Amino acid sequence: MKILVCVSNVPDTTTKVRFSDAKTFDSTGVQWIINPWDELSLTRAVEFRESIPAVVEKVTVINVGPALTEATLRKALAIGADDAIRVNADPKDAFAVAFQIAEAVRNDGYDLILCGIESSDYNGSAVGGMLAELLDMPNLSAVSGLNITAADVMVDRDIDGGKEVLKVQLPLLLVVQKGIAKDARIPSMRGIMTARTKPLVVKEAVAGDTYAEIVGFDLPQAKAKCKMIDAENLAELARVMHEEIKAF
Amino acid sequence: MKKLKHSDFQYHHSYSCTFKNSIMSVLIYSEHTEGKFKKSAFELVAYGAAIANSIGSKAIALVIGKVDPQELSKLGNYGATTVFNIADGSIDHLSNHLFAAYISQVAEKEGATVVVFSHSNTGKALAPRLAVRMKAGLVTAASGLPTTFEPFIVKKSSFTGKAFAKVQINTNCKVLTLAPNSYPFSETGGTASIESFSPSVAAKPAGTQLTDVQKQTGKILLTDADTVVSGGRGMKGPENWAPIEELADLLGAGTACSRPVADEGWRPHHEHVGQTGKVVAPNLYIALGISGAIQHLGGISSSKFIIAINKDPEAPIFEAADYGVIGDVQKILPDLITEVKKAKQ
Repeated sequence: MKILVCVSNVPDTTTKVRFSDAKTFDSTGVQWIINPWDELSLTRAVEFRESIPAVVEKVTVINVGPALTEATLRKALAIGADDAIRVNADPKDAFAVAFQIAEAVRNDGYDLILCGIESSDYNGSAVGGMLAELLDMPNLSAVSGLNITAADVMVDRDIDGGKEVLKVQLPLLLVVQKGIAKDARIPSMRGIMTARTKPLVVKEAVAGDTYAEIVGFDLPQAKAKCKMIDAENLAELARVMHEEIKAF
Repeated sequence: MKKLKHSDFQYHHSYSCTFKNSIMSVLIYSEHTEGKFKKSAFELVAYGAAIANSIGSKAIALVIGKVDPQELSKLGNYGATTVFNIADGSIDHLSNHLFAAYISQVAEKEGATVVVFSHSNTGKALAPRLAVRMKAGLVTAASGLPTTFEPFIVKKSSFTGKAFAKVQINTNCKVLTLAPNSYPFSETGGTASIESFSPSVAAKPAGTQLTDVQKQTGKILLTDADTVVSGGRGMKGPENWAPIEELADLLGAGTACSRPVADEGWRPHHEHVGQTGKVVAPNLYIALGISGAIQHLGGISSSKFIIAINKDPEAPIFEAADYGVIGDVQKILPDLITEVKKAKQ
């Protein structure tokens, strides 16, 4: 089984968001990380790669982005991916990302493709489903658990108020959210050393369409100052909840 | 392990919004839970109907699965003029590629230029597939109606609540998902005609097989709740959750927690609210003993009101909150419950 994990390169989640002009994110001084859901997906894939190497023969990571994203791919290799692909493009929308990945891997025979539910920067929740459609491959979304054995592949999918357990056939694409792995794996020193020599292939982008584009950003309006209520006067808080917030 | 070949998926066809007929519509994908619509389904119908009204189109709803005609007709009361139902009783779980194929057939038949979904697990699963199928630009988690229609620009939250992005769709067809609790709506008194629809799709391949469903019953879903009562590390331990449950019961609220609480195993992971957990948008979010890490604030920033109780006056949660109480949450919570009970009388 060959697993492909799609990884997005995003600003660290503690980044203060600024814009250098109306529609450009100011990346000055930004720390880049692997998108949290992609990192959890990769962690789970690598767990199987190590525990059942005869079943999971290879884990590949792919990113669509400029050269600066290679640090993120090296980190993915340090976590335990076997090799990495960077498609050299600066995509403008989710469709462009999905299209470049589809063109890059269409003939490579991946059995299982993992995508995070969204990226923490553009919050698109789109690339996984689009990639599945472009590859004409079934997919499951809201996946919170994955179990691979030599005999079968089982997937947990979150539904309203619970989860479904599904036995699945491959090839399949999974759109993954929290729960797939407990914590993202931190690369070991050995992992970091070996990552330097693992293959990182750069593929040139192919011509494709962009269907949507960001034309501007707004920062949220500053909140009015928090009104403090004395801890000895909780009747006032109950009144606010009742009369102003209408919570009951 | 048996593998499917790509050729097993026969029903791929693409439809790119070039219309032969002059009828145009906005197609609303209406989700139901075991045959019943929730508030979010009505919100979405009202949203789709408002878009239809702005662009001079019909508002059409599509429901997949068995739902009573009486329930289906409720969608008329929020602005749908026709409700199509694919009443296939053999569907026991969501199949993204099959459903996307069904939806695109209805879209094509009805000349849909805009298709809208809720930004739910289901909407997130279907909208991207459908967008590719229709060669349509997609905006997910729209925070309201398009700000302009020519060009078609939709605002959405980005950087997990730290900014809003204005996204312009440049294709003839548009697919949107609507962020929960983001569109104010009311009943219209309208009625809808109900039509059954039989899609012309080959039998689905046995790609996924449902083996088990695990559901909690009697709990209010976090993403549906009008009020959310949420506890953080300041609650000190899982044994102190009873007053949170009590307050939630009093308010008809859902219960939630911060990430450290879920990671410590004090509460189940599905209660974790924040950037990597659930994003909620209730009328009221009550943060108890939660300091308000930036990742937590990302998950609650769309709440209409936030009340915070925390012993640290410098806690960042007070910058996000509308009302705050400084003090020991363990001491304050029982008193607050007493006052809420009094005010309810």
